[in-house]
Parts: sequence; C-alpha cells; structure tokens
Amino acid sequence: MTGRPHDPARERVLARIRRALADVPRHERPGDHPVPRAYALTHGERTAAERVALLAAHLEDYRATVHRAGAAELPELLTGLLRRRGARRVVVPAGVPPEWLAGVGAGAGVEMVPDTPGLTTGELDRVDSVVTGCALAVAETGTLVLDGGPGQGRRRITLVPDHHVCVVRVPSQVVDSVPQALGRLDPLRPLTWISGPSATSDIELDRVEGVHGPRTLEVVLLDEAAP
Amino acid sequence: MRVALFVTCVNDTLYPATGRAVVTLLERLGVRVEFPAAQSCCGQPLFNSGHRRPTEPLVRRYTEVFAGYDHVVTPSASCAAMVREQYPRIAARAGDGGALAAAVAEVAARTRELTEFLVDVLGVTDVGARFPRTVAYHPTCHGLRALGLGDRPRRLLEQVDGLRLREPAGAQECCGFGGTFAVKNAAVSAAMGTDKARALVATGADVVCAVDNSCLAHLGGILARRGSRVRPLHLAEILASRDGSGA
Amino acid sequence: MSRTYVGMPAFPRAAARAVDDAVLRANLRRATHTIRDRRAAAVAELADWAQLRTAAAAIKDRTLRHLDHYLLRLEENVTRAGGTVHWAADADEANRIVTRLVRDTGEREVVKVKSMTTQETGLNAALEEAGIRAYETDLAELVVQLGDDLPSHLLVPAIHRNRAEIRELFRDRMGAWGRPAPEGLTDRPAELAEAARLHLREKFLRAKVAVSGANFMVAETGTLVVVESEGNGRMCLTLPETLISVVGIEKTVPAWRDLEVFLQLLPRSSTAERMNPYTTMWTGTTDGDGPSAFHLVLLDNGRSDALADVTGRQTLRCIRCSACLNVCPVYERAGGHAYGSPYPGPIGAVLTPQLRGTASPLEQSLPFASSLCGACYEVCPVAIDIPEVLLHLRERVVEGGEATVRGVRTVVRPARRRALEGAAARAAGLVLDHPAALRRAQRLLYRTRGLHPRRLPGPGRAWSAARDLPPVPEESFRDWWARTRGDGAGRGGTA
Repeated sequence: MTGRPHDPARERVLARIRRALADVPRHERPGDHPVPRAYALTHGERTAAERVALLAAHLEDYRATVHRAGAAELPELLTGLLRRRGARRVVVPAGVPPEWLAGVGAGAGVEMVPDTPGLTTGELDRVDSVVTGCALAVAETGTLVLDGGPGQGRRRITLVPDHHVCVVRVPSQVVDSVPQALGRLDPLRPLTWISGPSATSDIELDRVEGVHGPRTLEVVLLDEAAP
Repeated sequence: MRVALFVTCVNDTLYPATGRAVVTLLERLGVRVEFPAAQSCCGQPLFNSGHRRPTEPLVRRYTEVFAGYDHVVTPSASCAAMVREQYPRIAARAGDGGALAAAVAEVAARTRELTEFLVDVLGVTDVGARFPRTVAYHPTCHGLRALGLGDRPRRLLEQVDGLRLREPAGAQECCGFGGTFAVKNAAVSAAMGTDKARALVATGADVVCAVDNSCLAHLGGILARRGSRVRPLHLAEILASRDGSGA
Repeated sequence: MSRTYVGMPAFPRAAARAVDDAVLRANLRRATHTIRDRRAAAVAELADWAQLRTAAAAIKDRTLRHLDHYLLRLEENVTRAGGTVHWAADADEANRIVTRLVRDTGEREVVKVKSMTTQETGLNAALEEAGIRAYETDLAELVVQLGDDLPSHLLVPAIHRNRAEIRELFRDRMGAWGRPAPEGLTDRPAELAEAARLHLREKFLRAKVAVSGANFMVAETGTLVVVESEGNGRMCLTLPETLISVVGIEKTVPAWRDLEVFLQLLPRSSTAERMNPYTTMWTGTTDGDGPSAFHLVLLDNGRSDALADVTGRQTLRCIRCSACLNVCPVYERAGGHAYGSPYPGPIGAVLTPQLRGTASPLEQSLPFASSLCGACYEVCPVAIDIPEVLLHLRERVVEGGEATVRGVRTVVRPARRRALEGAAARAAGLVLDHPAALRRAQRLLYRTRGLHPRRLPGPGRAWSAARDLPPVPEESFRDWWARTRGDGAGRGGTA
C-alpha cells in the first residue's frame, strides 16, 4: 500500500503517536469527535448581478483591473488590452475559443505562442502576456481559480509572464464563497487560486504589489447574457 | 442576601483604602457586607509562577471561608479571574475524588468582581458619587479578557458627578505588570509600562483608574519615577467618593 | 554560512538587549501596529468568525485525536497520486532524507519556499555540509539569508529589518549570491520587490529541485496546500522537476471540505486579507504540469511529545498565522530572536518547550516570557488557550512531573535553579494559609514603614529599577475592620 513496508522511522513515528493518544477511548472513531459547522456557507443572499458586482469590487480592491464585455465585444477588448500593453508575444493555451482572439494575430504584429510541453521556461520568460479562462471565481474574496482545464493551460503560463488576462464567464462561473468554490473543484487537479496580482507584505508588514508572479492582472467579465 | 468581601491580600496589606471604599460604597447602596477574617490570598502569585501544589491549600481555604454566601465581592478582576478560571483546573487535579472541584464550582460561580456586582446584581450604574477630576480608565487584561467586564466600569464612571473620562491610546494593551513577570522579565515589563504611562499622560488626566491595584502599583510606580503627577486610584475609591477626594 | 539557534541565551537576557535597541523597537512597533488594526477589520467582515473558529479547533482536535489514522490515509492517497512519502522521527532524519533525495537528482542547488519547518530542522546548514546550496526565495527569507541572520517572525522572517536596512543588504550582498541589485536602488518597497524579482528569476528558471513546506495536507485526497503572496511559492512548486515538501505531521486535516474553514481563517488572521494572492493545491504529480517527482517528508521532531500532553496538545492546532505575534506586547518589545527558535512570540513560548523539552535554560525561560494578558488567545483563529498552556508549562519547569520526551514517558525533575524559589513558594503558601502569620508579617511591615527606601536592593531591584514602591499604609484592611467593626459583620441594612 505504501511501497515502504519496513521503514523503521515510519514505525517509530506511528508508535509514538499511538502511545501519545492513550487518553483517547479505544472505541472512539475519528468521526466521533464532533465538528460543529455552525458557520455560514455564504455571507449574505445575492442576485447573480450582485454577486458579479461584488467579485469586481473585490478584485479591484486588490489591484486587479476589471473589464466587462459581451461575446461580440470581447475580441476588440482583448486586442485593445494587448495592444495597450505593447505585447509582442502572447501565450494562449489550448481550449481558448479562437473567436476571443480573432482580432489578434500575425497581421497585428503579435505572435501567438501555444502552450506546448516543449515551451521552455526561458522562452516563457520572453513572453509578454498570457490570455486564459478560469474554472471559477469567488465573489466574497475576489479570487480566480484555475484548474488546468480547457483554456487554462499549465500552471507556469499564468506565472512567468508579467501580464495575465483572465476571462471569467459571468454569472455562471461566479460563486459566492469559499465553501461553494471547494464544492465545485476537483482536488485531483492542480489548482491555483489567484486573488489580485503578486504581492508581498514582507517590508514592514505593509502590502506592496508586484513580486514574482504577473504584476498586472486584468480580469474580463464575459457577460453570457449579452450578445 | 449574604454578601462577603474578598478584599485580596494585596489590598489588605498595601491598599486598605480600596477595601474601605468598597465597604463604604456597598453600605451606601444598602448592602450589608461581611468580612470573614479567615480569608487570605487567592494563590495567584504562586500559581502563576508554576507552584501549583502550594496553591491548593489556598483554594481549599477560599472555598471554606466563602461557603454559604450568596455573593463574594472582590475589588480585583485578576483575583476574580483566578477563582473563576483557574480554581476549577486546580481542583480537577486535587485527587480527592472531586470534593474540592464541587466546592469550587459552588463558590466560583458566586464570586464577582465589584463592577459585575454593582451592575449585574444590584442593577445600578449611578452610585451617587462625585469626583470632579479628569480620569483615564485603564481596562486591565483580566477585567477585559478573562472576565469580560465590557463596558461596566465605563458605565459606572460615566455616571459619576463632575468626572471627565478619557480613553488612553492603545487602551486594551497590557500594562506589563503580569505578577512575577514584572520581576522575571523586568526590562520588557518596564518598557510596556513606560509606553502605557506615556499614553496615560497624553490624555491629560489627573488620575488613572483601574479595577486592579496590582496593575496600578506598577503603573503608579513608573509614573512616579518619571515625575508624573498622574495619580493611580482604584475604581472603588472613585465610586465611594462624595467630595472628590477619592474616598 | 547558515546560522542556527544553538546556544541562544535565556529569554530575559536576550529580551532585555532587544528592549535597548531603539531601531528594532521602532521597526517592530510600526509593523505589528500596521497589521493589528487591519486584521481586526478583516475579521469583522465575517459575522460568523466565532463559528469558524470553533469549527477549526474541532477539526484540528479530531485530527490530533486520530492522527495515526489520518496520516496513514494521507500516505495512501499521496502515494496513489504519484507521490512518495517519507517519515522522519527527528530533524536529522528529515535532513538526511532531503539530502539523499537532492543527491539522487545529481543537482547541487535547490530553491526553497519559506518554511519554518526546515528552519526548525536546520536543513540549509545540513545541505551546505553536503555541498548543496539552498536559495531562499521568499522576500523576507531572502533578506534573512543575505544578512546571515535568523528569522524573527512566522510570516515575515525579516520583520526586524526596515526598508533602509533591506536596501543596504540588497546593495551589499546580492552580488555574492547571484545577480546584483540594480544601480541606484532606493528604499521604496516597490523597488526592493523589483530587485528581488530580478535577482531570483534566473534561479527559478534554472532550478531543477525545490524544497517547500505546506500549510495543509488533506488526508482524504492526499492534497497539499501552500498559501503565499509573492509567487515564489508557485515558482518553486511548478517549475522544477523534483519537489520535496517537508511538513510537520500536525498540518493534516481530515477532509477536502475542511479547507473551507481554514482558507477563510488563515489569510484574514495572517496578512489581514480576504484572500492571499496565491494558493497552490496539488495532489501527487500531474502529467505534463509541474514536477514529475514529488516527495513528502512527514516530520515528527517532538510533535508526538506535545501530542502526549493532554493540555499541551492544543498547541498542535496552530496554523502559523502569526496573529498572536502581531498582537503580543511582549513580542513587540522583545523581538523574535529572544525566543531562540523559528517559532517566536506567544506560540513559540508554548511550542518550543514542548518540541525540545524543558531541560535547558532557554526552554525553561520561555513559559515565563508572558504577562498572561490573554491577547494571543483572543485573536487565535484555532482557539489555542496559550495562557493556559503557559501556566501548565510553568508548572512543569518549577515542580516537574510527567512528560514525554522524544517518545519516552519520563518524570521531569524541577529545574535546578528553581529549588530555592520552590522553598520560598512553600513558605509563602504556608504564611498565606495561616492568617495569623500573615497578620504578623503585615504588622512588621507597617512598624518599619519609616525605614522603607524607594529603591530596593537585591532581588527587589528588578522592581525598583524602573518603578517607585507604593507608599506603605498605616494599618491593614483587616486591622481596620477589626478596630471599627470587630464582629466580622458590617453595619448597613440588608438589601
């Protein structure tokens, strides 16, 4: 089962733990010790529109830039964001709908870099921007969660480039709270929770944005109801 | 209603005026107070220094001395916290088949810090005091966090005729006394007390008041050493005062 | 050149030195006060904070009471997901395992995510001896490493350094470790962060092996969780080919769902944020994304000793948020180094003597490094009653008693220098238990009141060095009562 059946350190640690727990009644099963879960599963009742508005407000609180678009306006918006950034090379993972980036391409002087296993960290470091979708977003905390699903790519592509554009389909991808988010996520997938651009509190315990991850995080709320 | 005064060893020995003020105040409010002479120290200085065993006889003494009273009133939040928080833990380890634990459960529930007795039992906040001075109230840690006195002391002070109440910056922070901490970690204790003293002086108050004379001894000692004119005074002495002199 | 905690003086001596260091005091005061108010505001946003706290304590208690069960489930699930689990009873074992794993890759350097656990085991020094260089990548940990210094805070190991000091360190020392700091570096935090970004990027890009800790391990799924801000964690957890995580056994939680409690409590308690910028969750290895080899080293190193202590056990609930440090008036003035371990502040004062035992002066002094003000308990998101554990450990130091030391049940003898104090305490107890004797002592005090100096000699000097003595009254309360009432009852009517 463990592949290391006769590890003396393992036996020693487990024996110490069992001796240490001599006061726990023999008949007590792990689930017997009560866990009162009187906490809230969401903090307040919200309409879908309110939930999306809260997400936007909380993303902005932590210095992410928030944009809104319908499907029809999205290509132009994304093109504009990349142009304003001066991005020459953009990573786009498999599963990003081609129409999102219909306005971007060789014609616009932008090189689209696919997220392939052959893409080295050095090459990735020379990329200017990355455009992805996400698995879901959490309104109460202003968090995006990526799970490596379609349109999200490997974890490194949203880490090494300095500019991350993340598209959230609203309202379907937005949940209220952390408990709701965990309920929708698959723990067996590699998960990255992102709440604003990279930051540090390491200088005098005051928050400063921008260390190793993308220093600019732009979030596009893609309105599913709009044309 | 039988009410006993647990004056505490510090007040008995060094601050008898606080004990007298409690008697004056309670009698003025129509409460007949008894002082069982067999009372002693709650044991906190010993217990907080790690000496549990010599503390146990003092716990036993307390339960015997104060058995049978409806209320035990004490002008010390820290001693009340010792009785209510630590006595059950000490009694649980007495190894006497639960006898001490039962006695403690009985008497600890009836032990009240002075402001709890006034506000919760007597239901008064205006005790008819006059004290025309500027007063900074220091909420001691045991009053604030162990007993949860909340705004009781403040409500009592707000009703005192002529009194101007001031809140020092960082009011909820410990003054640095901490019993033997003041001696074992004298440098840190003095640094905490000095910062607290500065905050108190900055309020412009003439008097710093609290519900624990041990904290006030530490703060008063630092204020005096720094040549400050801010005078430490127990809350009971302000509440007992009718002419503004402090009991 | 990695400093260790060996040979640190007892708390009062180190603390007294820190109190005299004006720059250190100002740095700590500014940082802790900044975060204190913000934490309170972040916590106030959640109306169910008390319920979250209760649930967190209960989840941790459930885990601890059945730790063997949950560790075996964790091992099974990590293994199933492609990871390899190793067990280490103490620091040396953990360091040997990590050293061997790094050697097996053929690499001579590793990048590290901030990990108090590997500070505890002294991993960097052990790797150095084996010819392996460890690069710290957390900004504050980098400051500590460049300064050949020791951490002084759980969250911000270089909290004792202000921006001007950090700038100097970067300017003077970065070159010796890799890319030098940019010309004309100022002490603006954004510029300092940029300097760290440039300095570390080349290390991230070439690193083949990373060493991390973890904030949580989910037994039910085998998932590990690292909560961070800067992105250095993500770099270490996703770019290298081999990932080695050294994690204390108490970091286990039973179920995936339990994270919903801790991911709400930890960021608000720690950095006062609704959510920290980055959280990485991984289960074993994933084809094509992240490290292809994952090793989990489960560390005991005294944790099972703490587990054996029914009062001390609650200490193992700790999620290392550092809220207790930030609110502690003693920590603020004594600084983190005085606690002589990577675990400073109130939690360190209870954790270190339990992990290491109470045989030497530093560990014996730690339970006394508190005024018992209770602020730590109030802010603790997992409701560790730190004052209760402090008192419990004081008793162990003073009176001795049963304790488990490195897995062996032993009777601890009272600390040597406490013998005299013990005799004095017994004498005091005797006097206090005999009111007649107490009365005689009081009267002696009053008869000599004209003779009392304002400053005391001998052991009393610790009091009177900074404080005047209170004036001695003319008579005790009990004498006044006897003189004026006599009969034991007061006048007054009955209410």
